[in-house]
Amino acid sequence: MEKTWNNKAWFMVLPVLLLVAFSAVIPLMTVVNYSVQDTFGNNVFFWNGSDWFTEILESERFWLSMVRNLIFSFIILAIEVPLGIFIALNMPKKGWGVPVCLVLMALPLLIPWNVVGTIWQVFGRIDIGLLGYTLSALGFDYNYVNDPTDAWVTVILMDVWHWTSLVVLLCYAGLVSIPDAYYQAAKIDGASRWAIFRYIQLPKMNRVLLIAVLLRFMDSFMIYTEPFVVTGGGPGNSTTFLSIDLVKIAIGQFDLGPAAAMSIIYFLIILLLSWVFYTVMTNVDAER
Amino acid sequence: MARIDVNHVRHSYLPNPQKDADFALREVHHTFEDGGAYALLGPSGCGKTTLLNIISGLLHPSHGELLFNGKDVTNLSTQERNIAQVFQFPVIYDTMTVYDNLAFPLRNRGVPEADVDRTVRETLEMIDLASWAKKKARGLTADQKQKISLGRGLVRSDVNAILFDEPLTVIDPHMKWVLRSQLKQLHRRFGYTMVYVTHDQTEALTFADQVVVMYDGGIVQIGTPAELFERPRHTFVGYFIGSPGMNVMPVAIDGKTATIGSQRIELPGVPKTGAGPIELGIRPEYVRLGRDGMAVKISKVEDLGRHKVVRASLEGREIAAVIGEDESVPADPKVRFDPAGINIYADSWRVEMGA
Repeated sequence: MEKTWNNKAWFMVLPVLLLVAFSAVIPLMTVVNYSVQDTFGNNVFFWNGSDWFTEILESERFWLSMVRNLIFSFIILAIEVPLGIFIALNMPKKGWGVPVCLVLMALPLLIPWNVVGTIWQVFGRIDIGLLGYTLSALGFDYNYVNDPTDAWVTVILMDVWHWTSLVVLLCYAGLVSIPDAYYQAAKIDGASRWAIFRYIQLPKMNRVLLIAVLLRFMDSFMIYTEPFVVTGGGPGNSTTFLSIDLVKIAIGQFDLGPAAAMSIIYFLIILLLSWVFYTVMTNVDAER
Repeated sequence: MARIDVNHVRHSYLPNPQKDADFALREVHHTFEDGGAYALLGPSGCGKTTLLNIISGLLHPSHGELLFNGKDVTNLSTQERNIAQVFQFPVIYDTMTVYDNLAFPLRNRGVPEADVDRTVRETLEMIDLASWAKKKARGLTADQKQKISLGRGLVRSDVNAILFDEPLTVIDPHMKWVLRSQLKQLHRRFGYTMVYVTHDQTEALTFADQVVVMYDGGIVQIGTPAELFERPRHTFVGYFIGSPGMNVMPVAIDGKTATIGSQRIELPGVPKTGAGPIELGIRPEYVRLGRDGMAVKISKVEDLGRHKVVRASLEGREIAAVIGEDESVPADPKVRFDPAGINIYADSWRVEMGA
């Protein structure tokens, strides 16, 4: 059959293009617009070239936020992934325990992020919070408002509480898809508990685990609401992650130029990391 | 290698079984002799896989005990029983190479690497996957995966028994034949105690010295293929083995004569009938079609290539007869029953015939 060459197909994608233009491209372009110009209000703009980018990339503040954010992401991944696997392995596979566990696991995921922040903000307070009060009463010097370490512990605990379930549910989905015959064969073959995990369960989970790591990394790298509600980025700048810093620059100081430049750098980093993850995941798929 | 005694084993999947119907395995009492090749034959749901899993220790029986060489192993784990088992669907360790898959059961038991290498290579030759040794197992076809499963079952030479749970279901017919003959050879060479579960009679009859026919949670007959064919102990065995199955028809017995409708059939002896309905069973191979005997109405002739199956009705009952490929059906067809092929059943169980 002869192929018809015309450009009518473009009309078909036009609605989507328009939608994406208004929802993403145009707002992004305004950010680009801000990032290369300076303004003193009244809609008067001066061309500024790459100055804002240089300023951001050379500022210690940006890199500190970045390092804090990377450390945060690394810590929560290091806790949530093994913990999630561990919980998923120990969840019941049948019986009345299954729905109970699933509902319990899903609960934290259903709570709005700012509510999670508020819960922990109150939970950790030393005057009225269950956690803060108990710790102080037991003689621990715990105060997330003054002490950077305590603030970090609180923010990390909160994230673990909020998001470990996601890893659990993804792993659990992988685990229940393993037919019984595999476990029976492993018994026949004399496999140890560790060998069963290593050669049967882990391979079945590795795809969902990759997705879990990707989602958790991206989310934690962009985290804003919860630490903002609990610590507001403090004490000092100790829990100021990239988004919090960005908002401080943009809305706190109203430095729209540097904020726009930072947004773009931030966006490019996320894009790069997504690409890396995507490549790794498709490679794993291709290997199958 | 071991002799396996299954002593009054009953099993139920229910927590609190009461009636006979609650048991997946009603009662099995049987000895698998050391070095024997057994087939457990029966329809789906008759309890054969349950029995197999009880032998391997994947299931703990509700009642009864299991002895290996006279030693009670009922409460030992699968590992401790040292059993090999091959499952119906391929179980492979995806992330390992073919070689490592076969080495896995050996390495788990701490066999020295030199021995592992030797046995794995031998087994690879046997299942014809030597050239695939270094490949990841996940890329293989279903056939090849099942061969790996088989290989893992055969790789340990010190096992007490090798159990097969319909292992050739996913394998194509030609390969089935090859693998089955290889298993048979292996059995001759090494004298493993082998128990082979199947619902395919050809598979059972070609593989085993002794076929254990199971029906509805119990063993109905144990015998050589010939015994099962000639003297089915239960009408179920008659139906289930043979293609087509045995003709079974209700009869009235008077001394050495059986009556079906207006027809009288001379029996080779006087059956010792007990209670229950009396039936006469005769295999289609022993029904002679010709010009004398009892009149039948032919409904259809199936040409199977090697022979023909004639479906007919005798006194209103369907019967089948097997005739040679080049024989033809006479114009006024009549049948005779070869006395050698006649079995009499009372309440579905075969009764002996006296002189």
